[in-house]
Amino acid sequence: MIKKNYDLVVIGGGSAGMAGAIEARKLGIQDILIIEKNDYLGGILNQCVHNGFGLTEFKEELTGPEFMTRLSDQVKELKIDYVLNTTVTSLLPDKTIYASNQEGFYIIKAKSVLVTTGCYERNAGAIMLPGDRPSGVVTAGTAQLYLNIYGYLVGKRVFILGSGDIGLIMARRLTLEGAKVLGVAELCPYSNGLNRNIVQCLEDFHIPLYLSHTVSDVDGYDGILHGITISQVDEHNQIIPGTEKKYECDTLLLSVGLIPNSPLLRDAGVKLSRNKGAIVNERYETSIPGVFSAGNVLHVHDLVDLVTKESRLVAHFIKEYLDGKESAQDKYLDVIASDGVGYVLPHKVSLNNTHDVTFKFRVRKPIKDLNVIFLDKDSEIKKIFKPVLIPSEMTEITLTSEELKKFKNNITVKVEKKI
Amino acid sequence: MNNKFDIIVIGAGVIGCNIARELSQYKLNVLVIEKDNDVCARASMANSAIVHSGYDPVPGTFKARFNVEGNRMFYDLCKRLDVECYQIGSLTIAMDDEQMKVLKDLEKRAAENKVPVKILDHDELLKEEPNVNPKAVGALLAPTAGIVDPFTFCAHNIENALDNGVKLHLNEEVKEIKDLKDHFEIKTNLGIYQSTIVINAAGHGSYKLGSQLEKLDYQITPRKGEYFVFDHYAKGLVNHTIFPLPSAKGKGILVTPTYSANYLIGPSSELSESEDHSTDPATLAMVKAGALEMVPSLPFNELIRVFAGVRATPSDHDFHIAPLKTHPKFIHLCGIESPGFVSSPAIAKYVVNELVSPLIKLEKKENYITHVRPKIETRKMSAEEKIKLIKEHPEYGEIICQCEKISKGEILDAMSRSDHPHTIKAIKKRCRAGFGKCQGGFCQPLVAKLISEYYHIPLTSVQYSKIGSNVVRYPTKGAKHD
Repeated sequence: MIKKNYDLVVIGGGSAGMAGAIEARKLGIQDILIIEKNDYLGGILNQCVHNGFGLTEFKEELTGPEFMTRLSDQVKELKIDYVLNTTVTSLLPDKTIYASNQEGFYIIKAKSVLVTTGCYERNAGAIMLPGDRPSGVVTAGTAQLYLNIYGYLVGKRVFILGSGDIGLIMARRLTLEGAKVLGVAELCPYSNGLNRNIVQCLEDFHIPLYLSHTVSDVDGYDGILHGITISQVDEHNQIIPGTEKKYECDTLLLSVGLIPNSPLLRDAGVKLSRNKGAIVNERYETSIPGVFSAGNVLHVHDLVDLVTKESRLVAHFIKEYLDGKESAQDKYLDVIASDGVGYVLPHKVSLNNTHDVTFKFRVRKPIKDLNVIFLDKDSEIKKIFKPVLIPSEMTEITLTSEELKKFKNNITVKVEKKI
Repeated sequence: MNNKFDIIVIGAGVIGCNIARELSQYKLNVLVIEKDNDVCARASMANSAIVHSGYDPVPGTFKARFNVEGNRMFYDLCKRLDVECYQIGSLTIAMDDEQMKVLKDLEKRAAENKVPVKILDHDELLKEEPNVNPKAVGALLAPTAGIVDPFTFCAHNIENALDNGVKLHLNEEVKEIKDLKDHFEIKTNLGIYQSTIVINAAGHGSYKLGSQLEKLDYQITPRKGEYFVFDHYAKGLVNHTIFPLPSAKGKGILVTPTYSANYLIGPSSELSESEDHSTDPATLAMVKAGALEMVPSLPFNELIRVFAGVRATPSDHDFHIAPLKTHPKFIHLCGIESPGFVSSPAIAKYVVNELVSPLIKLEKKENYITHVRPKIETRKMSAEEKIKLIKEHPEYGEIICQCEKISKGEILDAMSRSDHPHTIKAIKKRCRAGFGKCQGGFCQPLVAKLISEYYHIPLTSVQYSKIGSNVVRYPTKGAKHD
């Protein structure tokens, strides 16, 4: 039964949504509804049957389904309302939510909203994959769903483009299912997956990783994949002629990045960043007061443990918002990702913020012996040494409220080699 | 099985589908044979989907005649067949004074073709289209041009034909045609048919089939066009179809909104030897540069798909629509490149009224069905309408494609129609499931499951598009499937 009014509606019942709802309930928020599109809670974790989850959240190593069951058990214990098989079709700027399922179409008024709709996979069109567009060219996550939820393999001779974690995990999983994984091509001169996955999923199974390579042709005459060609690229990502290698295969998995699944926010009028996640302040509040965002719809995380941590933090801000401690009229300092930094979260910090703020960012390229520098426009406020940072691992640095008071113009974050 | 027909139509592209619909109003025994496993599977699927106004084909040609006639028929026909079609007008842009002179010539050509046009100066153009390159000096406005849903247009043409008794064989390729004087014998990969009249609308395959019976005095060259598709967030980017000046290579790289509020950018124009649908980065870079010249602010970060279509370009640059000289009951359609799509209803009418009618008695059916069942599209409905609909039909409440907000009810409705789409691509073409930013990443498995359940076939038999393009091929170790 879906009611007409809630204190908090959580859109998306994956790890971020459940962790946020659990924390919100623990903080005393009463009327909470989680809306989930699938017929199960837990989102993408259900298809992540490998282990490696929960090392920080639960202090033990769990599989995806185990991790998500820990969360869904708590949702049930805490008697948090949730609906499955239900899609939010619109979020309006006044926090009215339209939702649809087989029982009906619902108009829900929420005092606050937490959007945790996860991310989607960048696909062949978005990367302008050259050649034909046959079946058998599949994003790694879709192939993973077919494999682990439906029980089917897309094919048995597989090449993988992109060294994102899902692709690496699938290389191992497919090999164990009897498929031949011919190789993984990565455009960058470094891998974009976690190091443990390179070792455990590729090296342990003797699957070659071709760095600075990309797929330069797809042979899919008449809609069926017959093979692919990979080529080496130069430092400008341009194909080097003469370096072609051909592979006969029936499957090309794409593991070429994840994008925040944010159209609901966008349609509501929420301002988005270049990464397509919402622009949020230090309270993870979007440009619409009372609408919050966390997890992969905000920015794509490396580990689910970081997702749940973020979402639990956001629950505290939602509680404060509902208690009337909002600061919608605040003036803000913009947070700017400068030299060597891909993005930084939060995107802005309120001038009357009195808390410590943890900044989350990724470097553009792997870098060793560096300083992370926080500047107020041009003047350096804080400098932290790091032995090494890589793009596939998010970095967190906390600035105290005292340190934050020193910023007057903006908060600029950059990295530079230590001289 | 009865293998004798009054008329066999070869090919279920936009031309074949329109001819089938046009024939279906008469008491005739008609079969449509299509080699792919869906209608609208080649050039009819992959094109600009523009209802061209008809101002630019050379006056007196078939192209000019059928384009203009087709344009006049198109909007009413789309209304009747419940196809999305919008008369948004086109703007052909002049970038300098030299090009402006050419526009003046085109204005004269438009008058000869009896197509209304108007020349806009720089200020008028920028008022209509604020995102067009401010260096543009003017444009030719053709208000009767429009955009159409090409997939539903074909699907609803064939559906109307099937509802009126026409038969459709998919997955069947015509191999050999013999003229046995009182009838034709048509051999396919699956059987042999007899037909009094043959209408060859086989698109790229048409030339080869026609050549079996008669030497043709022109050539057909495949000409590939590569395109970009943007997501539908850059609202108001352009309001008309924006063309550069036409050239020998065709109408040039256009920028247009689509019926689905996406944006389409392209095509390139590359002659090739075979019907090759691949895309390549160098060509797309050229298309991008051409499009940016007209609309500098095109948001390429909204790119969701690239594709290529192949037109059948005739060496003499006009449509061929006539019976073969030595085989008067073999009506041969060949080289129907752009503006073939908009021309299709007029071509069909011409073929039936002018070419078929002298050959066979055309007697109207009493119980002819003029309309197709309208689509129910939840994304276009108000909250109140959806509350009512879902109460009566719960399947419209379950959203399958999150990006385009397509419900299970819409997909089930598509499969229940007389053309019974049964591939992922066929569903995508009719319902738009998989049309959005994730390109089916989330909904493809759900659609595959619906197809498998509806047609009672195992998931391993569900095809993506062409025969053999199974979405999954093998069960996992130890998996138990029904």
